[in-house]
Amino acid sequence: MRLRLEVNGEVREVEGVWEGESLLYVLRERLGLYGSKNACEQGECGSCSVYLDGVLVCSCLVAAGQAEGREVVTVEGLAEGEGLHPVQEAFVEAGAVQCGFCTPGFVVATHDLLSRNPEPTDAEIREALAGNLCRCTGYEKILDAVHRAAERVRV
Amino acid sequence: MEFLQPATWHEALEARAEHPEARPIFGGTDVMVELNFDRDRPGALLDLTRVPELSEWGEEDGMVRIGAGVSYARIIEEVGGRLPALAMASRTVGSPQIRNRGTVGGNLGTSSPAGDSLPPLYAAGAEVEVCSVRGVRRVSVEEFVRGPKRNALAGDELISAVVVPVARGPEQFSKIGTRNAMVIAVCSLAVSLDVERRKVRACIGSAGPTPIRAREAEGFIEGVLDEEGLWESRGEIGEETLGRFAELVREAARPIDDVRSTAEYRRHAVGVLARRELVWVWQEYRGGEAR
Ligand SMILES: Cc1cc2nc3c(=O)[nH]c(=O)nc-3n(C[C@H](O)[C@H](O)[C@H](O)COP(=O)(O)OP(=O)(O)OC[C@H]3O[C@@H](n4cnc5c(N)ncnc54)[C@H](O)[C@@H]3O)c2cc1C
Ligand code: FES
Ligand code: FES
Repeated sequence: MRLRLEVNGEVREVEGVWEGESLLYVLRERLGLYGSKNACEQGECGSCSVYLDGVLVCSCLVAAGQAEGREVVTVEGLAEGEGLHPVQEAFVEAGAVQCGFCTPGFVVATHDLLSRNPEPTDAEIREALAGNLCRCTGYEKILDAVHRAAERVRV
Repeated sequence: MEFLQPATWHEALEARAEHPEARPIFGGTDVMVELNFDRDRPGALLDLTRVPELSEWGEEDGMVRIGAGVSYARIIEEVGGRLPALAMASRTVGSPQIRNRGTVGGNLGTSSPAGDSLPPLYAAGAEVEVCSVRGVRRVSVEEFVRGPKRNALAGDELISAVVVPVARGPEQFSKIGTRNAMVIAVCSLAVSLDVERRKVRACIGSAGPTPIRAREAEGFIEGVLDEEGLWESRGEIGEETLGRFAELVREAARPIDDVRSTAEYRRHAVGVLARRELVWVWQEYRGGEAR
């Protein structure tokens, strides 16, 4: 089937989409947006997190056709221009990026958290990021990064 | 595979009747996992997210009607004041990403005994509204859920909504898991007080082939509250009574051993939840915060 959706502010069209395919597959394999990672395909790791019409979702659990005509924002769409988004900068500075596989998902989920709650407590951060797994950092540096980002941005 | 995307409820029912092989999908948090892992290859996907009515909820005559497509996130935010136990259960579902997409309609569609929305719906005496081109019917949630992943939906039917009486007193829901977040329940329990009718409801989750109402425990505690005049005096419930209530709830469970827990642990935990939750709802009632 044919799909038309807006990704990071740009209308994109894709042909030959399989009806049972996920939005994640469309983003990565058809549109070449490799920021959203594919790790579990079952909603457990959050590494595929994107905004769908402004709502944080696991793109691996959205059927491609459900995104028809909708707006998607991926980690690639957060920063304006060439630089990093302040949330991304905070992750780098805090050492919350090691292998980096989980990072795009954490960045989008953190962006979503800070847009709703600009000064989250540790407990609130843990709750908001409970759907994102990291195998490297032990999460302390991620907590650090979120606090740093919160100080710097009001997203 | 076909991708069917009706824009109205009527079209959705027609599509369902014409395509019995189609798999309805809303949040996709159950359906997509099956597709991604090749465990399901339906002839068609019937996407219901474009049907506006399914994402609406409203209150009338003391009943809340929640469209099958209202997400957990919206239940917590918008409906929580009217249905505290359902909101508490919704808060324990998955992660923000899952709660933003997942729906009570989908939880009913899956009919897993571990479905977190089910014990509060059982305890509240909720009804599932089911539609087809043939018409509308309402089924009590207990009749709707038939067994693990089995329910009373006919081949041409869709769930339109769940209809739940507004809480008539304090309610609780608790869930035991192997960690704080993102877990399927090892077991769970919903307890509610109906202050107007002087009823107590308790429903066990994830410790049997379906959720289980602990009817003997309910009858026992209602008896004690009446006999001892506790509804009027708002006095404390005695230790022995609490213990007996917990025991009866424990006995109602029908758990199995599986990867998440032993049956024995589940039985024990259900008893602990029963005692605690009864204390909590009763404290809230005594404090006069009853609705
Ligand atoms: C990572 C993860 C964590 C999870 N954690 C929990 C948890 O803690 N607790 C819990 O209870 N569940 C959990 N789930 C399961 C899932 O999120 C819930 O069952 C959710 O309620 C499903 O809703 P949905 O809208 O996504 O359903 P979908 O996946 O769209 O559909 C689920 C089923 O219902 C059917 N269906 C959907 N809508 C209708 C309708 N209107 N009429 C008829 N049939 C319909 C579908 O055909 C399918 O069989 C989790 C899932 C994931 C991936
Ligand atoms: S790939 Fe989507 S949550 Fe893991
Ligand atoms: S940095 Fe490696 S998984 Fe998180």
